[in-house]
Amino acid sequence: MTDAATPLAVHMVGISKHFGAVQANRAVDLGVQAGTVHGIVGENGAGKSTLMSILYGFYQADEGRIEIDGRAVRIRDSREAMALGIGMVHQHFMLVDTMSALDNVLLGAEPDWRLGAAREVLAGRLNTLMEQTGLSVRLDVMVEDLPVGERQRLEILKALVRGARVLILDEPTAVLTPDETSALFAALRGLCERGATVLLITHKLKEILALCDRVTVMRGGEVVLEREIAHTSVDDLAQAMVGRRVAAGRRMPSSEEQRPAAALQPALLKAQGLRWTDAFGVARLDEVSLELRPGEIVGVAGVTGNGQTELLEVLSGLKVPHSGTLVLAGDTFVPSAWLSPALARQRRLAHVPEDRLHRALVLPFAAWESAVLGYQGWRRYGRWAWMNRRAMRQATLDMLQAYDVRPRKPELRSSKFSGGNQQKLVLAREAQAQPSVLLVGQPTRGVDIGAIEFIHARLRAHRDAGGAVLVVSSELDEILAISDRVLVMNAGRVAGELPIEECEVAALGRLMGGAAH
Amino acid sequence: MNPTLPRWIDLGLLPVLNLAMALVAAAVVVWAIGLEPLGVLGLLIKGAWGSPAGLSYTLYYATTFVFTGLAVAVAFHAGLFNIGGEGQATIGGLGTGLVALAALHLTPGLPAAVLVPAMVLGAMLLGAAWAAVPGALQAWRGSHVVITTIMFNFLAAALMGYLLVEVLKEPVTMDLQSRAFEPAARMPAVHEVLQAVGVDWPATPLNLSVVLAALALVAVGWLLWRSRTGFALRASGHAPAAALYAGVDLKRQVMAAMVVSGALAGLVGVNEIAGVHQRLLPDFVAGAGFAGIAVSLIGRNHPVGIGLAALLFGTLYQGGAELAFEVPGFSRDMVFTLQGLIVLFAGALSTVLVGPLASLHQWLRRGPRDGAWAERA
Repeated sequence: MTDAATPLAVHMVGISKHFGAVQANRAVDLGVQAGTVHGIVGENGAGKSTLMSILYGFYQADEGRIEIDGRAVRIRDSREAMALGIGMVHQHFMLVDTMSALDNVLLGAEPDWRLGAAREVLAGRLNTLMEQTGLSVRLDVMVEDLPVGERQRLEILKALVRGARVLILDEPTAVLTPDETSALFAALRGLCERGATVLLITHKLKEILALCDRVTVMRGGEVVLEREIAHTSVDDLAQAMVGRRVAAGRRMPSSEEQRPAAALQPALLKAQGLRWTDAFGVARLDEVSLELRPGEIVGVAGVTGNGQTELLEVLSGLKVPHSGTLVLAGDTFVPSAWLSPALARQRRLAHVPEDRLHRALVLPFAAWESAVLGYQGWRRYGRWAWMNRRAMRQATLDMLQAYDVRPRKPELRSSKFSGGNQQKLVLAREAQAQPSVLLVGQPTRGVDIGAIEFIHARLRAHRDAGGAVLVVSSELDEILAISDRVLVMNAGRVAGELPIEECEVAALGRLMGGAAH
Repeated sequence: MNPTLPRWIDLGLLPVLNLAMALVAAAVVVWAIGLEPLGVLGLLIKGAWGSPAGLSYTLYYATTFVFTGLAVAVAFHAGLFNIGGEGQATIGGLGTGLVALAALHLTPGLPAAVLVPAMVLGAMLLGAAWAAVPGALQAWRGSHVVITTIMFNFLAAALMGYLLVEVLKEPVTMDLQSRAFEPAARMPAVHEVLQAVGVDWPATPLNLSVVLAALALVAVGWLLWRSRTGFALRASGHAPAAALYAGVDLKRQVMAAMVVSGALAGLVGVNEIAGVHQRLLPDFVAGAGFAGIAVSLIGRNHPVGIGLAALLFGTLYQGGAELAFEVPGFSRDMVFTLQGLIVLFAGALSTVLVGPLASLHQWLRRGPRDGAWAERA
């Protein structure tokens, strides 16, 4: 792998880093040849950002060493990283909107104390650089008036003009249109031919194949795959990313009897042609249609960021789609009169949000307050303006007991429960409303093993009681363990739908990567 | 509120220590101008609490600070920083005055039992309306209330000035003031009430608004922590995404918080205009709206804390006035210096001691080995 004659541009050996109890990186090795594009892929929380933050000096590794061009180095902050020729382009641009492109590059690295002279020198350097690299930016335009792609080129130029030879790009295409993406890739290729080294963090697998020379796949803080691009495929990468262990206990026996019945019964929820476009004009949901029937768990698989979040938000009334219809409990909703979260609860649709810490709970609230969130208007919780705190506390205590949430203290602040216990509390809250449709986002993210089993059992119990469950998860193992039917999302579309019996990991991987069904 | 500290330290010891730091700093200043710190502190406390008259003045000042402090706290729990208490109080006073003056012109001779509640209502309504405009601008137009409420302070002052010069001015005098209200249009003074039940009490500005203030403390406590409105309000302030998920209309919460906040600030008009002056004046709020920010900050945005902080500020006002009167060389500016130090230590720097106290607490409980000193290193 290593060419003895030329030292690796970046060599990280045995990097470990933990935050509290969480092991973000575990003995990670990363070797990048000079003049290549190296991809790093993994789900949220796989540890790729932590690894890059260590390389850029934001964090110090607990263990391990870093070599740049064969020399052992210590990188204590981003200034030292820059001095070593490491530049980073963040996902959220670090630009001042109300300054010109040129002044943004100037800021903090003025080559002369007289600003006029500094601008002249820098503009000269930038123009040369733009000619060499093909990265063109209008230097005298305010950043707020630049399109997103041009802002990104500006960030890259900023890093290059400060002497970066190793460029770290964090999710560079998240905000780009396809045209801008291909232009960016051409420019990055050009940079490599001129000797620069690019580290690309992404979870878009096709981009890895299109651009990279080598790829490292991370999962759970560890490297699970490292390979030449020529010897890999989207399926391989998808499998490595979301895990290939097919859970032994998939499908409970009861589902065998339930499934044929489920197919005959009318759908509890029926969505058609959902389309939602973000502020940049990118269609995050594109003609998504799905049905949820009584007595089934439908899993939504896919690499994070392919529209799963938006799907949950649209179905639960948090977002209004631009087109499409939703039939729920006999009512038809259209974008001009979409359902609200409150109306969704009335129609017996419950939602366990993906973002537990900001959406599912109010962290400074006592557990009993979080346990009535969304149901605070219920008759049993009080009349008129009064909150019946005793009834709320009692209901909370019942939830804590039924779902084995520890500690069983309704007065404890929501933030003080562990992730698993928080999740069980949220699930308990949504389940006690006895919904007919239950939407669950990332049911076991950040949840310990014991709680995972418990949560899965509860979801199955809800299904067996005749409810419909939609589970969005980035863990393929989880999807396979609990679903009766699997939808795969890619680029905002439903790329395919498979009954669980036909779910082969390889086929799912292909669909996740965007191959046609 | 601090996760690392037990409640008794967080809510009991910490504020006392913060206050002690402020007093030590103040003592240095007092000593530097050649006075004897302990003697000055003694005089201050004696001036504020040592006589029925002093106590009455302290409570009278505290009443105003309770209203403005609560106004800040209610908005704060909804995630809004209402610094327009000054203007809302001014317009609240205008509301009180308009009711009294209208009664004087249109239906003279109404009994106090009708007039006084109407004046209270007038103060709350106009105060609420004045705060509702920045609230609506925030909710529907995204104009930040910090900016708009402070601009509305100037608008309130200008409006009051205009009305007093052009519309409501008493014809016979050069002073900028309205006609005096009817004798019945007056919040009864505490000394009158006490005299009626046979207790001899010196005449002071302290009036029954102090009872309103006590009721307001209880009512705000109920509203925020025992009512559904408060639940939605606090949810939207702490976690807007969660509030939306819970079906809470964020715009409505902004409006609710600002309206309640403005009504509370408007009650200052009852204490000052209906309770003391009995005529409209231009600058009767005199900075109490801004002092309310400090009161709420020091009181941790909780009614109990705000009650105590308002008493503290009342003590400083009354004791300080007494000091300026009694001690040569101790000017009114020294009182403001003292206030400033208290705001600095008990408000702005109120969390400075949290880290050391948490470490100390762990150290005392577990011993130095695995204590927080090691963790912090």
